[in-house]
Amino acid sequence: MKQAAQSARPCAHQARIKRSAAPRQYSQSILAVLLLACGPLLTAASEAPPAPTISPPAAAAPPDDGQWTMPAKNYASTRYSDLAEINEGNAKNLQVAFTFSTGVNKGQEAAPLVVGSTMYIVTPFPNIVYALDLSKPGAPMKWKYEPNPEPAAQGVACCDVVNRGTAFADGRIFFNTLDGHTIALNADSGQPIWNAHIGNINIGETITMAPLVVKGKVLVGNSGGEMGVRGWIKALDASDGHVVWTAYNTGPDKDVLIGPDFKPHYDMDKGKDLGVTTWPPEAWKIGGGNMWGWISYDPDLNLIFHGTGNPGPWNPDLRPGDNKWTSGIFARNPDNGAAQWFYQWTPHDLHDYDGINEQVLLNMKWQGKPRKVLVRPERNGYLYVLDRTTGEVLSAKPFGPVNSSKGVDLKTGRLVENPDKKTGTGKVVRDICPTASGLKDWQPSAFSPKTGLLYIPHNNLCMDEEGVEVNYIAGTPYVGMNVRMIPGPGGNRGAFTAWDIAAEKPAWSLKENFPVWSGAVVTAGDVVFYGTMEGWFKAVSAKTGDLLWQFKTSSGIIGQPITYRGPDGHQYVAILSGVGGWAGAIVSGDLDPHDATAALGFVNAMKDLKNATTAGGTLYVFRLP
Amino acid sequence: MRLGLATLVCVTLALGACQREERDTRPQSSLGSGEQPTPVTTLEPGGQRPSPSDNKAASFEANAFHLSEGKRLFGWFNCSGCHANGGGGMGPALMDEKWIYGSSMESIHATIRDGRPNGMPSFREKIPDDQIWELAAFVRSLGGNAPSSAAPSRNDDMMTHPSENRMPDAATLGKSP
Repeated sequence: MKQAAQSARPCAHQARIKRSAAPRQYSQSILAVLLLACGPLLTAASEAPPAPTISPPAAAAPPDDGQWTMPAKNYASTRYSDLAEINEGNAKNLQVAFTFSTGVNKGQEAAPLVVGSTMYIVTPFPNIVYALDLSKPGAPMKWKYEPNPEPAAQGVACCDVVNRGTAFADGRIFFNTLDGHTIALNADSGQPIWNAHIGNINIGETITMAPLVVKGKVLVGNSGGEMGVRGWIKALDASDGHVVWTAYNTGPDKDVLIGPDFKPHYDMDKGKDLGVTTWPPEAWKIGGGNMWGWISYDPDLNLIFHGTGNPGPWNPDLRPGDNKWTSGIFARNPDNGAAQWFYQWTPHDLHDYDGINEQVLLNMKWQGKPRKVLVRPERNGYLYVLDRTTGEVLSAKPFGPVNSSKGVDLKTGRLVENPDKKTGTGKVVRDICPTASGLKDWQPSAFSPKTGLLYIPHNNLCMDEEGVEVNYIAGTPYVGMNVRMIPGPGGNRGAFTAWDIAAEKPAWSLKENFPVWSGAVVTAGDVVFYGTMEGWFKAVSAKTGDLLWQFKTSSGIIGQPITYRGPDGHQYVAILSGVGGWAGAIVSGDLDPHDATAALGFVNAMKDLKNATTAGGTLYVFRLP
Repeated sequence: MRLGLATLVCVTLALGACQREERDTRPQSSLGSGEQPTPVTTLEPGGQRPSPSDNKAASFEANAFHLSEGKRLFGWFNCSGCHANGGGGMGPALMDEKWIYGSSMESIHATIRDGRPNGMPSFREKIPDDQIWELAAFVRSLGGNAPSSAAPSRNDDMMTHPSENRMPDAATLGKSP
C-alpha cells in the first residue's frame, strides 16, 4: 500500500509540472510578439492614465520618492511603486546588479529597506542588521549590527526563526529580535540608541514582526500563539524606547484599552469584558491572540489597524466561547491605544485562523457611494472589504477553495461555520480547506491603483485534524492538535491571484507547485514581482499575469520584494532568497517527512521540498542593463 | 518428560514476557536526580574513553511498559508540541539519524533533564527522573532503535507515522520515504 502510494506520487508531480510549464512558455512567446507590435501603444497609453477609481488615501500613500522606508511601502500598505522604468516590455532584460549573503541559513521573510543611498536588511535569528552602500559599485557593507539575541529563543519560536523586517523613521532603524527586544539604531552609523526588552522567552514569547512607526511611536506586537502567550501590541516612544501604552488582545476591557470610544459595528462584539466572559475561567490569560503581522495607519482618521492571532490552544474543546478578541481586527487611536472598533473574522476559531494579515487602505465607490475601505485577504479564505471608519463588512468572498465555513452573514457579520468540519478531542476530521496556514498566511499582497487589482500570493492546501489533550506548561507549546496537510483541489499547492476588488472576483490566477510564501510588489510599469519556494523570482504582467521574466535564485523565496530608485537614477528590484518559515521549515529545520504531523502538519504537504531547494540566505538586486 | 519440557518452555516464555512487561511498583520519583556526567561530544583529546553508561538505559529501552509510558508522557509534557510526533517542528526531528547532542539513552536523558543551549528547555524541575528515562527510551524508539518486541504498535487514532515497532532504523535506512 505504502510503496504504491509513494511511487505514484512523483509521476503525478511530474505531470503537473509539465502541464503548467507548457502554456507558460507558449504565452511568453505570444506576449513577446504582442509587445513588439504594441510597444508604442503601451507607452502612449501610460502617459495619460485614466483617474483611478480605487486608490489609497493620499495621506497614507504620499507621492513616491523612490525610497522604500517601511516593509509595506506606505501606511496604506499598498506595496505599489510609481517607478516605471522597468515595464512589461523590458522586464525580460532584467539582470543581476549585485548580491549579498546574509550568512544565515534560515527563512528570510524580511523586506529590505532603501533610504537615500543605503539599503538595510535584517536576517532571521540572530537578527543581524546590515547597511549596504548603494552609491558604490557592488554595494559594499557600510556597517553591521549584531544584537546577539538569547540562543534559547530559537526553542520557543513556533515556525522557524524568521524576522519580517525593519522600519525607518527620523534617521533611525527600528527592529525586533527573536528574544523579545526592540532596538533603535542610528541609521548612519549602526550604533544602538536604545534597546527595550519587552518579551519574555520563558513564557514562550518571541517577536518576529516588523515594527511600524506612527507619530513618533514604534508599534510592536508579540508572537507565541502556539505557546499559550497572551497577545499584545505596544507603542514605544521612538526617542527613548519607553512603553507609552500596551493593549492586550484578551482579558478585561481596561487591559484591551476598550473605553468610551469603542463602537463596534456588530452586536456580537458589544458587551462588557468580553475578553474575559467569552472564555472559560482564566483561559484568556493563556489564550493567544498575538499580534505578529501587519499594521496599517490612516492619518486622516488617526487610526491604526491591526489584526489579532489565533486563540490558544488550537484544540477548541478547551475554550468554549467566542474567545474575544482573537482572530479579529482592531482599529485603535495611535496616541493612546484606545480601541475604536473591532471585528472578529473567525469567532471561536477551530483551525488556527490567525487574523494578522495585511490590511490595504483604499478609497473607492461601493454601491455608488464613496467609502473609506480596508481590504483584507484573510486566512479563513475570504477577501474582506470593510468600512474602515466603522468595521462594517461590505463584502466577503472566498478567493480560493473554502469548506470550513459557508460564507459570512453580512447582517450579523458572523462567519457561518460548517459543522461538518468542526474539530475536537479524539475526533479526526478530514479534508478541511483551507489549512491552519490559511488560504493565505502572512505573505503580504500588493495593490495597483492602475489596474484596481489586489495581487495575492497564497496557498492551496487542505488538512486532516485531530484534537488531542494538552497541558499548559509555561514556555512550552500549547496546541493540542494533530494536523497533516495535503495539496488542495487541483494539486497545485500555491497560487498567485489578481483579485478585482470592485467586481469581487479574480481577474486571473497563476498556479504554483509550492505555496507562494513570498510577498508581492507591483509597479507603475504594470509589472508584479513575487518569488516561489523553488527559488524562482518572477515578473508577471499586472494586467494579464503573463510571465515576463524569471530568475532562479540560490534558495527558495519567502521574502518580500521591493523596488527603488538607486543613486544612479535607475529602478532596481530587490528580494531576499532563503527558504524557511512555516512552509519551508522542512528544509530550514531539516525536519523528517516520515512524520505527517511535523511542523504542525505542514511537512506532509511539503515532502518534496528538500529535493527542490536547499537552505540559504542571499540578497538579490536586479536592474535593466 | 515431555510434559516437563513443555512446562519449561512455557515458563521460559512467560518469564521472558514478564521482563518485557516488567513494572517497577516503586519508581524513583525524585526530581533533579541522575547526576551522571554525559559528554556531548565524541571528540576527546588523546582518544576516546569509554562513555559512562547508566544501568537504567538498557533496562528501560527493552521494556514495553516504559516505552508506552514514554509515549504517553511525550504528549503529556508537550514534547510533541515542538518535536511533533518525531518529525520535528520548532525543535529538531527525533526520528532521523542526525543527533546534535548524541543518540545514546544517556545523552537523550541528559538533554531532557538539563536542556541544551539552542532552545531545548531543562525539565529537571518538572519531570521525575524515571519518567525522563522513559521519555528517552521512547525517543530512541522513534528512530527504530528500540526492540520491536517492546516498541509501541499502531495508534488507535490518526496515524501520524509508521508505528514505532515497525519504524526502520534511521541510521541504516536513511530518512527519505
